[in-house]
Amino acid sequence: MGAFLNRTAGESRRQFLARASRFAGMTLVGGLLWGWLVQESKAQPFALHPPGAKSGQDLQSRCIKCGMCVDACPYDTLSLSRAGDDGAPGVPYFVARNTPCYMCSDVPCARACPSGALDREVEITRARMGLAVLLDQENCIAFQGLRCEVCYRVCPLMGKAISLQYSPQERTGKHAFFRPVVHSQECTGCGMCEHACILEEPAIKVLTRRMAKGRLGRHYRLGWKEKGVISPDFTPDDAAPGPELKEWGRRSGERALKELNDTEGLYD
Amino acid sequence: MTSTPRKERYLLARRIIQLGVPALFILGYRFDLGIGGRELIQGNLSASRILDALPLADPLAVSQLLLTGRIPHADVLWGALVVILFYWVLGGRAFCSWVCPVNIIGDSASWLRARLDIPPGFTLPRQLRYGLLALALFLSALTGVAAFEWVSPVGIIQRGLIYGMGLGWLAVAGLFLFDLLVLRHGWCGHMCPLGAFYSLVGRFSLLRIRFQKDTCTSCGKCHRVCPEPQVLALKPLAQKGRVLSGNCTNCARCIEVCPEGSLSFAPRWKTGEELQQPGTKKAGPVRAA
Repeated sequence: MGAFLNRTAGESRRQFLARASRFAGMTLVGGLLWGWLVQESKAQPFALHPPGAKSGQDLQSRCIKCGMCVDACPYDTLSLSRAGDDGAPGVPYFVARNTPCYMCSDVPCARACPSGALDREVEITRARMGLAVLLDQENCIAFQGLRCEVCYRVCPLMGKAISLQYSPQERTGKHAFFRPVVHSQECTGCGMCEHACILEEPAIKVLTRRMAKGRLGRHYRLGWKEKGVISPDFTPDDAAPGPELKEWGRRSGERALKELNDTEGLYD
Repeated sequence: MTSTPRKERYLLARRIIQLGVPALFILGYRFDLGIGGRELIQGNLSASRILDALPLADPLAVSQLLLTGRIPHADVLWGALVVILFYWVLGGRAFCSWVCPVNIIGDSASWLRARLDIPPGFTLPRQLRYGLLALALFLSALTGVAAFEWVSPVGIIQRGLIYGMGLGWLAVAGLFLFDLLVLRHGWCGHMCPLGAFYSLVGRFSLLRIRFQKDTCTSCGKCHRVCPEPQVLALKPLAQKGRVLSGNCTNCARCIEVCPEGSLSFAPRWKTGEELQQPGTKKAGPVRAA
């Protein structure tokens, strides 16, 4: 670009500076717009990605958009995202309701990836493409007391990723509810349940795990799960990973406790 | 050199290859075309694998991936190296004129523009592409994703040919109208960062266009047909005896239209007895025909 940024013959310094600053301005404006466009479309909360996909931004950064996973999938589940589709442009994704992931045990899509966007070593039952969530309990017929259990039956990890919860049906007084329950530590997000759901619009849907999962704060200790760990003389120092309380923090904590427990004047 | 079928043989060969490459990818994708149990070709122009063995990858895409701060799998690193070597030998921007499908859009817009006699108006500096290349790399580091691949009309169109265009037709129409109404070879010749990248490779390429001064009548036909006419500036051409600019796409249109046969493909070192290094100003002796 040297020739362009040098002064050409017969050009005054002022003309050159005007030209150079115009070029700089164009580059700046173009760069801002371009950066905004990329940044704006980076958030893609809905798209489901192939097994072994690195999470979120890591996938978008590593994927070279070559489509070899799409090519390798024997069920034509995957496609590369186009303008107007879910997902970042050119990144592989699937729509579970149309074609779910059939969880091939040799994971040909991940094995085909040349760029490291998909983990080639992924074990299919350890894949976390998303998480099935029984979103619409008002319409799921199992919640109305009718027998269905289709999502439970089609689940490749039947009984593990989706189990049935039995409870008495009070309306009739002699039947039972068979309610499907998803377990996030087993569900791969393959979407077989969403694909098979008998409703016109599925009651169970696969969401990205980031969307579907909550997270309990670290300060919660569930006593019935931690028998023996939490004792009456439990102090924050015993709570394994956590910030160490500084001496001044402990003192102010004690002061606050004292103040809270101070009943002086309260019953006067 | 006068018979009609031979005259545009390079143009014909280019169009066959430009359409043949996506056709091969489609055969690989839709029909799993294979030889001896191995898939002939998988992937697309961003990255591919031939016969389940030879990796290929778009070196600019890989550069952007590296700049996002992640180390990609070795396959694409080797692939990028293979592709760079390939175009180092055959001319950096040979990719543009022989492989890239967008070239057909630019060429047809340019052809129609000449037919409709649309006068040149708006111009952009041809060096703009280097600015955009630098921006693509900078924004990749800044945003953490391959910034050009995110918006690349080349990517949209080459993927569209294989997997279905969708709204990609807008990119096709946009580029065509821009080249037709606003600026001749506006995208390929002024803006494309991928072309800019291959221009840098082309500065060192082995296969170049040789020029024989003594038969040239300065008729200007090569200039009119060239998508990058600045590379055919007569004075440096006469001095160096070959086109050394990386912007030359080795499309060979100039060879085809030259009535005197003054232009031909030749290895970079086969010009004069005394070779000139690119960039030096001294004029060397020009080989006689």
